[in-house]
Amino acid sequence: MNFVFDNDRPIYIQLVEQLEIYIISGKIKSGGKLPSVRELALKTKVNPNTMQKALVELEDLKLIYTERTNGKYVTKDQKLLDKFKDKYAKDKTQKYIDDMKELGFEKSEIVEFLKEESI
Amino acid sequence: MKLLECKHVYKSFDKKEVLKDINLKIPKGKIIGLLGKNGMGKTTLIKLINDLLTPTSGEILINGKEIGIDSKKIISYLPERTYLDKSMTIKQTFKFFSEFYDDFDIEKAKRLIEDLDLEIDTKISKMSKGMQEKLQLILVMSRNAELYILDEPLGGVDPATRDYILDTILNNFNEKASVLISTHLIGDIERILDEVIFIDKGKIILSSDADKLREKEKGSIDEIFRRMFKC
Repeated sequence: MNFVFDNDRPIYIQLVEQLEIYIISGKIKSGGKLPSVRELALKTKVNPNTMQKALVELEDLKLIYTERTNGKYVTKDQKLLDKFKDKYAKDKTQKYIDDMKELGFEKSEIVEFLKEESI
Repeated sequence: MKLLECKHVYKSFDKKEVLKDINLKIPKGKIIGLLGKNGMGKTTLIKLINDLLTPTSGEILINGKEIGIDSKKIISYLPERTYLDKSMTIKQTFKFFSEFYDDFDIEKAKRLIEDLDLEIDTKISKMSKGMQEKLQLILVMSRNAELYILDEPLGGVDPATRDYILDTILNNFNEKASVLISTHLIGDIERILDEVIFIDKGKIILSSDADKLREKEKGSIDEIFRRMFKC
């Protein structure tokens, strides 16, 4: 896991965003156990309190759940994971389109660009 | 009960008022940044908390009790300037700390020194400045204290040493203790802070949760600080 932060935005929000990607991309597997707060904090080099806050947020989003005394796990709800993945893909696509429009490209040209680029 | 509480603390040297009406409360389990430019009262406040100076008026309480021998037992303090005798070896500094402090975890200190690939029989005078800074931090963080007070731990160190210092603070921080770090190098340290206290001209100007402040003011703590004090 590799995390990069900028200081301009709340760190816990950036942690939520980056952990979300690890979860929806399956890098942390559905149903898989998360390392402890402390281990995660050490890995990402953030304050454990900040990590705790980020995990609470992910739990509110239902992306992770706590199993009493056992620790935290990634949701097994594939529908939910797909929903998050879909939303993320749409956001990324919209961002790409906005950037291209900013450069002055028309819709048809943007589509051409995508076709030309080997995906 | 708060771990540390300052109530209306004033400090003057002769006629010069260096600290004015300092009020602060520090709970357990937090990393707090005491942020201010040079000469704004950070070190004076830290010396007051460590009982090295006496307030002109006001009260400083540790776990609800006045500072004194009991508070020194639970505060681990990294001063701005080194006080170690440079003719000592690392091993001798360990012995020195074990004799002074009941809570010094010598095994932990040994492990941390091994991680640096340092020989325990090395004399301090033979070590680079960066290594000397690391050794001091190891000594201070190897105590099982309740309050760690680090005065400018990043002063004049290279980026690799800075990362080492931040990692060591994070690794050894636990929910039973708090860490108070004074610095003017805000950008380097703000990522690990729970709370920030801005001090300027001897007064506390602002005290806030770090992420809440970023959210509210739309910027890094460093930027917010610069905006406020135009430095």
